Amino acid sequence: MTEQVRLTVNGVAHEITVEPRQLLVHALREDLGLTGTHVGCDTSQCGACTVQLNGAAVKSCTVLAVQVDGGSITTIEGMAPEGGLHALQNAFWEKHGLQCGFCTPGMIMAAADLLAGNPDPTDDEIRHGIEGNLCRCTGYQNIVAAIREAGSTLRAGAPVPAGAQD
Amino acid sequence: MATDVLGARIKRVEDPRFITGKGRYLDDIKLAGMTYMSILRSPYAHANIRSIDTAAARAMPGVVLVLVGADIPYNPLPMAWPAGGVAGIRNNINTPRVLATDSVKWTGEGVAAVIAETVAQAVDALEAIVVEWEPLPVVVDAEKATQPGAPQLHENAPNNVVFEWTVGDKAGTDAALEAAPVIVRQRIVNQRLIPNPMEVRGDIGVYNPGTDEYTIWMSSQTPHIQRLLLSAFVMGIPEHKIRCISPDIGGAFGTKIFCYADMALCLFASKALNGRPVKWVETRRENYQSTIHGRDHITYLEIAGTREGEITGLRVKTYANLGGRLSTIGPGIPTTLYGRVLSGCYRIPNVYCEVTGVYTNTTFVDAYRGAGRPEATYVIERAMDLFADEIGLDPAELRRRNFIAPDKFPYDNPSGLGTASNGEKIYIDSGNYEPAMDMALATAGYASIDKAKADARARGKYLGIGLSTYIEVCGVAPSKWIGAVGEGWGAAMWESANLKIHLTGKVVLTMGTQPQGQGHETTYAQIVSSELGIPMDDIIVQHSDTQGTPFGYGSYGSRTASVGGTAAVKAAGKIREKARQYAAHMLEAAVDDIEVVGAEYRVKGSPEKMKTLQEVVFALDLGFSLPAGMEPYLDETAYYDTPNCTWPFGTHVAIVEIDEETGKVDLVRYVAVDDVGKKINPMIVDGQLHGGIAQGVGQALWEGAVYGDDGQLLSGSMLDYAVPRASWFPNFELGETVTPSPVNPLGVKGVGEAGAIASTAAVANAVIDALSPFGIRHLDMPYTAPKVWRAMHDKEARS
Ligand code: FES
Ligand code: FES
Repeated sequence: MTEQVRLTVNGVAHEITVEPRQLLVHALREDLGLTGTHVGCDTSQCGACTVQLNGAAVKSCTVLAVQVDGGSITTIEGMAPEGGLHALQNAFWEKHGLQCGFCTPGMIMAAADLLAGNPDPTDDEIRHGIEGNLCRCTGYQNIVAAIREAGSTLRAGAPVPAGAQD
Repeated sequence: MATDVLGARIKRVEDPRFITGKGRYLDDIKLAGMTYMSILRSPYAHANIRSIDTAAARAMPGVVLVLVGADIPYNPLPMAWPAGGVAGIRNNINTPRVLATDSVKWTGEGVAAVIAETVAQAVDALEAIVVEWEPLPVVVDAEKATQPGAPQLHENAPNNVVFEWTVGDKAGTDAALEAAPVIVRQRIVNQRLIPNPMEVRGDIGVYNPGTDEYTIWMSSQTPHIQRLLLSAFVMGIPEHKIRCISPDIGGAFGTKIFCYADMALCLFASKALNGRPVKWVETRRENYQSTIHGRDHITYLEIAGTREGEITGLRVKTYANLGGRLSTIGPGIPTTLYGRVLSGCYRIPNVYCEVTGVYTNTTFVDAYRGAGRPEATYVIERAMDLFADEIGLDPAELRRRNFIAPDKFPYDNPSGLGTASNGEKIYIDSGNYEPAMDMALATAGYASIDKAKADARARGKYLGIGLSTYIEVCGVAPSKWIGAVGEGWGAAMWESANLKIHLTGKVVLTMGTQPQGQGHETTYAQIVSSELGIPMDDIIVQHSDTQGTPFGYGSYGSRTASVGGTAAVKAAGKIREKARQYAAHMLEAAVDDIEVVGAEYRVKGSPEKMKTLQEVVFALDLGFSLPAGMEPYLDETAYYDTPNCTWPFGTHVAIVEIDEETGKVDLVRYVAVDDVGKKINPMIVDGQLHGGIAQGVGQALWEGAVYGDDGQLLSGSMLDYAVPRASWFPNFELGETVTPSPVNPLGVKGVGEAGAIASTAAVANAVIDALSPFGIRHLDMPYTAPKVWRAMHDKEARS
């Protein structure tokens, strides 16, 4: 048995055929080829699969594809126009907020949600705000620094230049 | 200036792909015609397999192949590093088969595999396989496993003993302990850990029936070694018929060094399917059961000395749990990398250590970040605190009195990381321990800690401070020493680099090492940029594919910067020299008259007569006009074998507060002063320290793999195993001293493991210090709130 699901991902409308048990993360990765969203666990603990669903961060391994019918999703690939970087992406790069990079897409998506609700978080609020996302490489210190930096960039309203690649 | 590139905080060149979701990890790779494998794992910790019925599974939708152990003609997995060092030491070796045939030795050992058109179909079909089991008695504790009457795992290993290994002077140490006015004894447990890289392991095997060649994508730290092990030892096929490729790796921490059964299984299955690609990616639960664990020592330590605080002897007996069968280098970790560095940075004249490697019905144990050295540091640093407590001396002062003095290097440590039969030595080559300790203590406010403790009491907290003054051995290792020391190492340890400058001046450096998040593409480019005066943007660093990179031993043991980095320096030196010779030809000058300044090759005394490297490359790569005997093209390969290991050191200080109501431990400050030699990219070095510290703190406060007596892994998922989260840590305060390593031209030592080696002991010592008002001298990790609360309230709960 399969179901038809309509969803908009990074601004592009798709219609996919899925098994009812198909997780959103697998729909994104396997059906749509958006492999920037990662799978790090099987118990909804790691947050590597975090995406934005209708504007809020969700763990896409905890959502069935059929549940998002009609929904709008942003993944790491849709954070900035091609060739550009979102303030968070730039700050993670600047502050060495990643090592292996495996947690990074989920971390950035969770941080975007945090900053949307709290544009000027304290370090403590950042640390609690990303509690659903595990990183084994960085000890979190530079992730916190990156989110703080991105917050101040976004508050200043400074547009992030397209192609800010250096 | 290009030379400023070395030592600069340069943003990583690999990051743009990772921050935009364009990294390419193993599970991101999809090949035409791909099939998917799922492995049936034993639900029992110890059982005989009476029969396996796969008929129903074979008939399930989408299933293309079902395999059991008897189908696979390969050898068991290799043992590359048995315990050695003592003449004739016996290792009772049992390694896993690709799939178990007669019996299983831990929950999670693979017994059958299904390959299907989709992952879901493969998983569904696993459930249709019927195995008739004969459960057997189980033992999970290494010390208990050696006692009479314990369940026996292997016929060739009486009392479950893998080996009994010793190092040091037994008679001298016994005498020193006998004569000492003070002796402190303690049983300590270094609990088992699950490493938890955020990306699990996986493979994609592809057989080419046209050429009879195999290709495997693997999430591996060691593609060259895996090619060797899979071909020559497991599959029995020629080495040149396998190509191993590691894509981007989402963290490893040692777990991806080894030869795993699934690698051979994917290749076998692809051949059986006439070349259809076979992909296997473990689930996190599988990762917990069937990828290696770390640590798991039970140790009896005895430390002896005078009332004035001179340590005169250290005697250690350790039971090292190696699991149900041995992983690739399991026996080497608790022996060479542990017993031989037990005396740490101290001048202890008599050291003796016995290690019993033990089989139990648990997942195999092998190298996890630090690999033996965190265990050794934990022993000696706890021992120093216990001894200080016994004689009523400040723990920092006790350390100060026993440090190897700066004028005593090179220093031969008595537990004998010493002399091989041919006279080759591994000596501690450099160090200056007091300045690092003083800096860390000053930053942490050690002098006024009593006031901080009193203030904390007023807030209902017990505050404690703990030190760890560590050294580690990195940059392994001189091959001739390995060859002669009888340590059982199955491999040499040099590294290699190939450097090409193409016609347009663009540079390709190919390396035999293998990054897993350390930023090699940046740091190696910094080295080449600095050596040749070429902009970073014109350099690309390639690695990770046995086709096209020179053989290398891979990345682990904090060895890549010192050994691999030096190979890159040497390759650049060869390029520079050839360019100089060719510039002389172009400028019609003597070679000796050409001086190299950055990327300019000038005639000494008349700097207007010069060629840029770009001009040299263009002409030399074309080769229209070559001096006699010179070959065209700038393409040089260098191999580097280090003359010694490197010896990072430092002092870490942890400050914890324990809540008197709940026993909850908070790490409130963490100060680390490390001397890792010169830094190629200080930003990356800091990041390595942060991550290492976090993992070590994790062991002290939260992490632990727990088995039930029946061998079930109770901490079997991320729900049950405490991988630390962001809010559990403070900001780490880093400081440095810089003593360049005398071993290599870069002056680097290595930093990947330092944080993890030092931090566990620092936090443990801080917790015990905080609990000292309760008369507590030792408590085994992890210091979870219930355990600490019980120890505070119940004398019996203290070990
Ligand atoms: S994959 Fe780990 S939380 Fe979704
Ligand atoms: S950067 Fe590797 S897990 Fe976060």
